[in-house]
Amino acid sequence: MPEIVYPQESGEPVVVDLQDPYWAAFFAWVWPGAGHFYQRRFAKGFLFMICILSTYFFGLGIGQGRVVYASFKPGNLRWQFVCQLGVGAPALPAIIQSMKTKKGGDPYWILCERFPADYRNSSLAFHKITPENSNGYSGETIKDGFMAPPGGMNKPKARSRVQTDTLGRWHFEGKHYFEMGTLFTVIAGLLNLLAVYDAFCGPAIITPAQREMLETKKKKKNKKNKKNKK
Amino acid sequence: MNVFSITDFDGLLLAAIPQIWYALPLIVVVSLVYGATRHENLREILAHSMRNAIWCFGFMSIIFFLIWIAGFWN
Repeated sequence: MPEIVYPQESGEPVVVDLQDPYWAAFFAWVWPGAGHFYQRRFAKGFLFMICILSTYFFGLGIGQGRVVYASFKPGNLRWQFVCQLGVGAPALPAIIQSMKTKKGGDPYWILCERFPADYRNSSLAFHKITPENSNGYSGETIKDGFMAPPGGMNKPKARSRVQTDTLGRWHFEGKHYFEMGTLFTVIAGLLNLLAVYDAFCGPAIITPAQREMLETKKKKKNKKNKKNKK
Repeated sequence: MNVFSITDFDGLLLAAIPQIWYALPLIVVVSLVYGATRHENLREILAHSMRNAIWCFGFMSIIFFLIWIAGFWN
C-alpha cells in the first residue's frame, strides 16, 4: 500500500494512499473515477466520473451513436478509436460490434436501414429507408448499428464503394455533429488517461522543496541571460 | 471562375461561430481534469482549473481575433 506524503508550505501535509496502484489504474481505465473510489478518494472520483463521462456521452449523443466504432481496415482506418478506447468500458461495445460485423454479419442494436449501393434508383443508394421512400423494397439493406462500423463495408462485392459512401452519408446527415461528436469522445478518452495516471502515481503536486529548486533554476537562467546581453 | 478569397474565409470564420460554442464545455472539462491531476484538495483544484480555463479562453480569443482581423486585409 504505497502512501505518498506531500509536504505543504503551510498547514498539514497532503497524504494520498494509492492502495494497489496497478488495480487502481485498471479500475480507473475500466470506468472513469472507479480507481479513485477504490483508493477512497471520493471527491476526485466523482469529479473525474462526471467530467469524463458527460463529455463522452454528450459526444456519443450528438454523433447519434455512430462516432465511436472500431475499424482498422485499409480505406477506413478509424485511428480515433484508439483515443476513444481510453474511456474504458463505455467504448467496448464498439469492439463487440466490430467482431459481429467482421465477416459481413449484421450489427447488434440496429439504428436504421439503408438502400444498398446497387439499388435500382441510384440517387437513393445509401439513403435511409423511410416509409415514404421505401416503395415496398424488401431486398438486402445496409444496416447502421449503434457503435458499429459503417454498414455494408465488409461485403466483398461492394467493398470499396459502400465503405466510403456509408461513412460519407453519416458525415452529410450529421453535418458538423459527426466531427464534434468524434472530438468530444476522443477528448474524453484522452482525459481518462490523465485520470489513470493520477490513480497510478498520485497527483503531480509541486512540493515547497521542488518549487524552491525551480525558482533557483529560473534565477540562474535569468542571470546567465543578463550576462550574455551585456 | 469562382476563386476563394480572404472575404470568403472571413465569412467562413463567422459562420463557424455556433461551432465555437462547443469549445466552452471542453475548456471547462479539460481544465477541471487537468487541475485534478495537479492537486488533491478540491479548492486548489477549482482555483487551478479556473486559472487554466481563463488562460485557454484568452488564448483562443486572441487567435480568433487575429484571424478575424486578417479577414479585413483584402
